[in-house]
Amino acid sequence: MTPFAVDGIQPALNEIPVFAVDDLVRVASRSPIGHYRVPTYLRGCLGKVVRVIEPAMIDNEEEGYGRNAGNRRHYYRVAFAMTELWPGYGGPANDALEIEIFETWLERV
Amino acid sequence: MSEHDHPHEPITSDSKPSYYEIMETAVRELLIGKGLITANEIRHQIEVLDSRTPALGARVVAKAWSDPTFRERLLADGRAACEELGITFYDDTQLIVLENTETVHNLIVCTLCSCYPRPVLGLPPDWYKAKPYRARAVSEPRKVLAEFGTIIPDDVEIRVSDSTAVIRYLVLPRRPQGTEGWSEDELAAIVTRDAMIGVIPVTVAERAAS
Repeated sequence: MTPFAVDGIQPALNEIPVFAVDDLVRVASRSPIGHYRVPTYLRGCLGKVVRVIEPAMIDNEEEGYGRNAGNRRHYYRVAFAMTELWPGYGGPANDALEIEIFETWLERV
Repeated sequence: MSEHDHPHEPITSDSKPSYYEIMETAVRELLIGKGLITANEIRHQIEVLDSRTPALGARVVAKAWSDPTFRERLLADGRAACEELGITFYDDTQLIVLENTETVHNLIVCTLCSCYPRPVLGLPPDWYKAKPYRARAVSEPRKVLAEFGTIIPDDVEIRVSDSTAVIRYLVLPRRPQGTEGWSEDELAAIVTRDAMIGVIPVTVAERAAS
């Protein structure tokens, strides 16, 4: 989070990242109709936050419909083991996939 | 009139436009017709895109190899470091630069469409937008890399980055041995588009071949 230089400033909840680096998260298993930015192969998968992307940004899925106001939250770079995503993965166990995911798609584990 | 002696076919366009070509034309004509944008603005944006080529990314990589403090700034904030070199970002995307090391090899893909670091690399190659690459890069990256001739040892982690929202990725390849003392221009000349996507390493042989 951007440090607040002035004492006594209280940030709104959506200005503060909900998750921190090393938090374990699960991608929601939703199947929304319309525009989405979370690939289906990740739904329900367990990952770990490796970077909080600053600053908070507009939710792309809402932006797709021109709804930009009031939906600024954080994106997180989340790492998944390939073996978590693909049960039959043939490569070494430490191969990984990283992707940026909007806060509303993540559930704390 | 042409001086050479072989006949030329007349230039024609007989194939019917596709569904999406028709849709693009219709939306473009509506936007222009309603005065929301002008034909000149579209032409200008095409000029902007045409001005972006892998040569820009190659300059960024060469500078990162030559200047450790620039490399640190590039890894901390890819967009800001590129802007230092005068490479503007005409959209709201951020850039994360992924450094290849002895233990990690990065590969970028966009499984949903064709997200690509266009401000620094220009338009993506056709294979990057094709479904086989997009599906297989995330599920069997080692096989995909092997088809590009890139064999990654099992003790090196493959880290695939799927760019789908507001972040774009650029791979900072490893500097090849035998390039000690090279100038930034000489280094930039061996950095290829495919190396910055992560499907091949940078090799010294590229210079001889180009």
